[in-house]
Amino acid sequence: MTKIDSTTLLEIKDLVASVEDQQILNGVNLKIKAGEIHAIMGRNGCGKSTLSKVIAGHPAYKVISGNVLFKNQNLLELEAEERARIGIFLGFQYPIEIPGVSNLEFLRVATNSRRKEIGETELDTFEFEDLVRAKLDLVQMKPTFLERSVNEGFSGGEKKRNEILQMALLNPSVAILDETDSGLDIDALRIVASGVKKLSTKSTATILITHYQRLLNEITPDYVHIMSDGKIMQTGGPELAIELEKEGYDWLNKYEEIKGDKS
Amino acid sequence: MSNANTVDQIVSKPYKYGFTTDIETEKIDKGINEDIVRLISLKKKEPEFLLNFRLRAYSQWLKMKEPDWAELKYPKIDYQDIIYYAAPKQNQKKASLEEVDPKLLETFDKLGIPLSEQKRIANVAVDAVFDSVSIATTYKEKLAESGVIFCSISEAVSLYPELIKRYLGSVVPITDNFFAALNSAVFSDGSFVFIPKGVKCPMDLSSYFRINSGDTGQFERTLIIAEERASVSYLEGCTAPMFDTNTLHAAVVELIALDDATIKYSTVQNWYSGNEKGVGGIYNFVTKRGECRGKRSKISWSQVETGSAITWKYPSCILKGNGSVGEFYSIALTNNFQKADTGTKMIHVGSNSRSKIVSKGISAGNSNNSYRGLVQIGPQAENARNYSQCDSMLIGDKASANTYPYIKSNQPNSNIEHEASTCRISEDQLFYLQSRGIDFEEAVSMLVSGFCSDVFNELPLEFASEADKLLALKLEGSVG
Repeated sequence: MTKIDSTTLLEIKDLVASVEDQQILNGVNLKIKAGEIHAIMGRNGCGKSTLSKVIAGHPAYKVISGNVLFKNQNLLELEAEERARIGIFLGFQYPIEIPGVSNLEFLRVATNSRRKEIGETELDTFEFEDLVRAKLDLVQMKPTFLERSVNEGFSGGEKKRNEILQMALLNPSVAILDETDSGLDIDALRIVASGVKKLSTKSTATILITHYQRLLNEITPDYVHIMSDGKIMQTGGPELAIELEKEGYDWLNKYEEIKGDKS
Repeated sequence: MSNANTVDQIVSKPYKYGFTTDIETEKIDKGINEDIVRLISLKKKEPEFLLNFRLRAYSQWLKMKEPDWAELKYPKIDYQDIIYYAAPKQNQKKASLEEVDPKLLETFDKLGIPLSEQKRIANVAVDAVFDSVSIATTYKEKLAESGVIFCSISEAVSLYPELIKRYLGSVVPITDNFFAALNSAVFSDGSFVFIPKGVKCPMDLSSYFRINSGDTGQFERTLIIAEERASVSYLEGCTAPMFDTNTLHAAVVELIALDDATIKYSTVQNWYSGNEKGVGGIYNFVTKRGECRGKRSKISWSQVETGSAITWKYPSCILKGNGSVGEFYSIALTNNFQKADTGTKMIHVGSNSRSKIVSKGISAGNSNNSYRGLVQIGPQAENARNYSQCDSMLIGDKASANTYPYIKSNQPNSNIEHEASTCRISEDQLFYLQSRGIDFEEAVSMLVSGFCSDVFNELPLEFASEADKLLALKLEGSVG
């Protein structure tokens, strides 16, 4: 099945990838359409974060074989910044601190690089401040966040909210949120989840990478995928996540025989 | 390949100030001897005291040895192969700009320093120095209204010989070091600033130094005096054409601040740094020193050093006055085969004197960047305080950075703090920025600017953005 219908945003085919000479992804297949929310769950080390980094184009992760198509375009040929500009967004599990660079200026440069790509006018500092202030409410951030250095000295919750603010500004077609719920208290989780919900539209897709059901209580996914050993082992509806939460990952062991067959 | 960018693939962009101005130049013979020193003095129609100053310096220089303690390796300089005086041919110093050779005005236009009445930068007076002579000084009359003297040092020698006699060489004595002695013997031109008692200089003053001739050394001399309660902010910029030979630049800058006076001296040094293989470029051996002579006086140096093949420069403060303050804020960026050995000396003499050092060194390519600093607290400097912070950033794996902080204290009742760090641009920081659509080169320069932000905050506003652009330019290049 190579033909892609018009609503498919992202298609991952037999993706095999490694980091530091260790193969982590062992043939991932996934198809994501506009308007969908997917959750990817799995144990630590199953390859969830690797998948997100490969899609976003982290240079340390090498693709050995397979393909990733975004709107029919080969994503793997593009640099990380080009992927971001055409509408791929990665919300980091551990947002990076950039000392001395003002958050406002960082957000402005990032926003303008996306706007330029989609043919919108670039914004000067004053125009951008108006835009960003309007988006701050979405994640309940104070304007003082803009004056600080990017993520520097931010609490865990502030960092994650800053990620969602970036998502709101960049307006991506496909947003991959890597453990955006980790390290959040219940209030911060609700703020982040409601932000993500508001940003998920009919024309965009969201991939939630998570360990826990609690995020999925806030945002109901259309599909839940369970990853193990660098592959998607099972796909189902929201009930799959609930089952997983109840049974724990050991429940997955019944799939081990499938792995045994292949190797 | 999805992403072939690596940090060490950054190469510098072609130097945009590398052009030469085709202008008839009067040059004297190569080499240095007593006759040459006399000839320079004669050409400049100097009074006898200055000729004697030069001759004393020359005879001292002959006895001195070129310093070799810095982290700088370079082929031996042949001092007989240098021309010590070059001037664009025009009839003496022009009374008005309209008489200045249009080619010279055009040169400064091209460098972004328009001198003509209509185009000149608002609220900054400029002294433009081309090779060995000052060709124009703007806003002179306006400054004179408030008693501020801003002119070339040659002009000051003839108009204000008493001030020159009193202050020249009073901070950097002729025997101070090899290059200062050489400068004292053969200095050509430079700027002179005098801010009288109680006057706050109504605009920023600036000098722009342009080396045009390839075989000519530049030996400028700057002297700034701020009397009691006076204050001034002075900016200095430098560029030179691209030659595949090395050009010597040995300047001396002296600052004197009397009681409650403030001098802020900022430099953006962008002399030609040689090509990507390390051929050519300016040898920059500079002695800059300020003396806080008066009580509660303050001298603040800030520098952005991006050019020159070799930089040897330690802008210093002698904190004589009780309660005086010295500051040094520095960004030194080296790329390719550039070498920089730079830092400061804070000599605390007076009680309650304070000093602050913030140094940011960035080394890329095969370059070497050293911070060398001395904090000295004398026996009388009770309650003296110093804070030093020296950070280095390495880009790629072939560049190196060193830090040599020397501390000497003869006063138990003093406080010295020193912090130092070395970091690399991390792949994760770069990826974070790139994953937001920011391209590789812009991401690198953003990280570098962020690293330097403490110092940018100390630069005069317009200078800061210019410096930021300059850093980006130096790091920009084609990436694979």
